[in-house]
Amino acid sequence: MANGNSSIISGYDEKRLAHVKRRESWVAFILFLASLSTLLTVFSIIVILVTESLPFFKTVSIIDFLTQKEWTPLFDQAQYGILPLISGTLTTTWVAMLIALPSGIIIAAYLSEFIRPSLREIIKPLLEIFAAIPTVVYGYFALLFVTPVLQKFFPELPGFNMFSAGIVMGFMIIPYVSSLVEDAMRSVSKEVREASFALGASKLETTFKVVLPAASSGIIAALILSISRALGETMIVAIAAGMQPQIAFSPFQAAQTLTAFIVQVSLGDAPHGSIGYQSIYVAGLTLFCMTLILNLIGFYFRKQAQSK
Amino acid sequence: MGLLVNEPNAVKAIKADVKNFNFYYGQKQAVKDVNFSVYQNKVTALIGPSGCGKSTLLRSLNRIHDLYKGFKTEGEVILHPEQINILDKSIDPTFVRMRVGMVFQKPNPFPKSIYENVVYGLKIRGLKKRALLEQKCEESLKAAGLWDEVKDRLDQLATGLSGGQQQRLCIARALAVEPDLLLLDEPTSALDPISTSVIEDLVIELKNKVTILIVTHNLQQAARCSDFTAFMYLGELIEFGETNKLFTKPQNVKTENYITGRFG
Repeated sequence: MANGNSSIISGYDEKRLAHVKRRESWVAFILFLASLSTLLTVFSIIVILVTESLPFFKTVSIIDFLTQKEWTPLFDQAQYGILPLISGTLTTTWVAMLIALPSGIIIAAYLSEFIRPSLREIIKPLLEIFAAIPTVVYGYFALLFVTPVLQKFFPELPGFNMFSAGIVMGFMIIPYVSSLVEDAMRSVSKEVREASFALGASKLETTFKVVLPAASSGIIAALILSISRALGETMIVAIAAGMQPQIAFSPFQAAQTLTAFIVQVSLGDAPHGSIGYQSIYVAGLTLFCMTLILNLIGFYFRKQAQSK
Repeated sequence: MGLLVNEPNAVKAIKADVKNFNFYYGQKQAVKDVNFSVYQNKVTALIGPSGCGKSTLLRSLNRIHDLYKGFKTEGEVILHPEQINILDKSIDPTFVRMRVGMVFQKPNPFPKSIYENVVYGLKIRGLKKRALLEQKCEESLKAAGLWDEVKDRLDQLATGLSGGQQQRLCIARALAVEPDLLLLDEPTSALDPISTSVIEDLVIELKNKVTILIVTHNLQQAARCSDFTAFMYLGELIEFGETNKLFTKPQNVKTENYITGRFG
């Protein structure tokens, strides 16, 4: 009897413990399945991209694919050089990053260090609305508003061009950059800020000489994520950048991106198994490789930042 | 004459005067009508149980509270010889912090190199000459007793140092700008005993260069390294005097109870 009482008080009850253990292992298993599902999704996407691309490379040699300067897979005299699509993708991306990175960091610095808390409650949701606008709306905004405005300053600018597509894409990405950088800045400890102020630094000096450098890993993460976002962006470039695959590194030209090409072929009626159909997967695989490399670089930098 | 020797404070210059100092967090009064003097080139310790207002008082002396909202101060803290009132709202807090340095409870080096940490305050003050910055960096690190340990890796990240080294780096960083007054807010509370004793020795050595005001929970620390001690309790200054007198012959029964460990 005494023994039974003490076991209740100490909470030691073998049956109950066994039950808790069983429940824990079930929950752990369900959590494992949930995380497995994302892994499986990614894995199957890779498998499909690779298997659907393989037949393409039976017709076209990898060397031609990577070095030829024309991309006309749907023509009778088909050429399969991926460089034009890559150049279009990279050009729209750097224009977008030129807009998004500086403004995103400045907005983040303002939101994190300078703004009144009451005002932040208004500005942050407004910024998030930027991210909620459908990209097709951005696309027509670029084509029908930004391009005509730019043509007033650059009369030679063609109606379809990568400049206005890149600029509008940059504006679309600003909220991604600013929110990631702001999170990184706000996670910088109060103590480090106080140390800077205590040495006589102003708010501006503290923000740009201490807080921003301390948040550099977050800034690199923001950079990588937003570049991936820009590389993969589809509607804006499909609508406003034109559909001419040509090697173009000046944004004042029309060009086609990898994503825009996929849209073009998907909308047409390339028969299943044809080389045109396979070329979508090849373009997709190329894009995937680009973002994968980027993420690996980002991963490396994050590791570096953590080890410091 | 013999009496004068026994009363060194009669001939000592005063670095700062705290006069009728009150501090409020919102409605709550954290420090009540505190008066005492900080003597030049001496170490003054502020002791007292948690929540007695000693850190609040210390943090007022370089206007760190100005970074946050919801506080109010009354009274004056006069910094000599300029005769400026540190608490005066019309005086830019940056101006105060340029003269009054601070080292915090937890070591808080910037995630920059050791060198960049030490010269940060100098760069803020507009110093650009590399040779001068390097010289100041060496002097400050030597003064903080850290030079020999880090001289070969000044370009490495400060966050890679041990806790005790980080805290001495923070002291070097504060010394580099040659403050009139150095505030130490429980500088050893996050450190192991060996690092603590290194910093205590350092404090005693540094008073030749700078006037020091130190907040500490550790009574032995106050007894070992300070010349004057102020005992605070529930926001009030209970007793202020020379450290050896305050610890051997406390005038107030609360002081006696606290230093003999009966409460706190």
